[in-house]
Amino acid sequence: MCLAIPGKIVELIAGPNLVGVVEVTGVRRKVQLGLLEDDMPKIGDWVLIHVGFAMSKISERDAAEQMRLLTALGEVEQVMEEVRGYGLEDSTDRAGPVSLNGKHHA
Amino acid sequence: MQYVDEFRDPELITKASEEIRRLADPKRHYRIMEVCGGHTHAIYRFGLKDILPSNIELIHGPGCPVCVLPMGRIDDGLAIAKAPNTIFAAFGDMMRVPGAHGSPLEHKARGTDVRIVYSPADALELARKYPEKEIIFFAIGFETTAPSTALTLMSAKAEGIHNFSVFCNHVTIVPAIRAILDSPDMRLDGFIGPGHVSTVIGCRPYEWIARNEGKPVVTSGFEPLDLLQSIVMLLRQMQVGEAKVENQYKRVVPWEGNRAALKAMAEVFELRPYFEWRGLGFISQSALRLREKYAAWDAELRYSVPETRVTDPKAAQCGEVLKGVLKPAQCKLFGKECTPEHPIGALMVSSEGSCAAYYNYEYRKSLVTRISSVA
Ligand code: SF4
Repeated sequence: MCLAIPGKIVELIAGPNLVGVVEVTGVRRKVQLGLLEDDMPKIGDWVLIHVGFAMSKISERDAAEQMRLLTALGEVEQVMEEVRGYGLEDSTDRAGPVSLNGKHHA
Repeated sequence: MQYVDEFRDPELITKASEEIRRLADPKRHYRIMEVCGGHTHAIYRFGLKDILPSNIELIHGPGCPVCVLPMGRIDDGLAIAKAPNTIFAAFGDMMRVPGAHGSPLEHKARGTDVRIVYSPADALELARKYPEKEIIFFAIGFETTAPSTALTLMSAKAEGIHNFSVFCNHVTIVPAIRAILDSPDMRLDGFIGPGHVSTVIGCRPYEWIARNEGKPVVTSGFEPLDLLQSIVMLLRQMQVGEAKVENQYKRVVPWEGNRAALKAMAEVFELRPYFEWRGLGFISQSALRLREKYAAWDAELRYSVPETRVTDPKAAQCGEVLKGVLKPAQCKLFGKECTPEHPIGALMVSSEGSCAAYYNYEYRKSLVTRISSVA
């Protein structure tokens, strides 16, 4: 739950809720941008995502470091599972792939 | 220290560890608490204990939201989800956390409609998708997660979505630190402040710890170098008898926090008079509940909650470990009855839990060494 996932903003979606599309190592998913209301990211900016909400803007270099950190912590699998889950596209419409080795994460 | 080479700037790591040795007074024993479970995980993963001199002891704090939640809350959440036509939505972290009558996953096997969501926004999406069903979102987390729940509730209200409610277990970190400082069996010299919680609340909420308690606080990033630099910053303060709040994680943590996140939290939540924490007991004003204007989305008001109170299994010492009084391996059940495969306490389930972190890195390593020395 405390995973902070780095993603690159590739699209901003117009509408009442502040929503954008991020790319995390090749996977594109919807994220909520409401917490960055005061300092809205632009296309091409990097953000740290927490439970589907962008929490802060970061530099590209820090984004790469964060991904490396998650790799070292053995959490990349969970990260990708989480990112694929954002937006409830089919894959999440079930109680998810919970592995029983204690390494799952949300 | 085996993993540190994988990281950028190995020279800086060496420099920081030399600086720590230079600053640490060999006649003193330092007890530094890392508040956040993410830090605990990183500390074990990178074997930082092996880099630090033996008179610097890292004490694992209460910053693992799944770990501090008393078991009764899980039972309560699952009990109300038994209502017909109801979906219980929770983060994957919760799925294997034991309640007195089983984990969410076990309840699913017995027929409750349990779904993993990765975001509170996706729990609301379930409500849009299944207008004929009731969705209960089991909200959990510190100030890192609470703003996301708040924004989701604001959307539910704005869109008039009424088949959605939140069973709120959000807690706040500062009262927990206060409770630890107040507990008589605890002596601490300083704090490594949480990283991601501080992106929301900023650094000011820790100022009383420095001012009133005379303990330095350094909010820290999660890389090995971040953690070592934070320890350097703490030791520098201690060396000259100073106590202030410093920010090592400036690249992510703004001193004043995230205004939009704080605004959303203030709009939706208010403090509960008190809330029970595993290990720390009842702490006043330490948790959030929905304000009256969000009563229509408050699962605690919409359902009759049994208010289960269960004590942890007798031999389990989760409370002592959470307070930092015991190390994970000192629990009688550690590695015997309680393992990541068969967790008895939540500290063995979550990757932020100190028992799981210790088991996965230190304990497995020592098992391997033992086995290979026998062979
Ligand atoms: S080993 Fe298990 S029972 Fe003991 S403190 Fe850790 S989680 Fe609790």
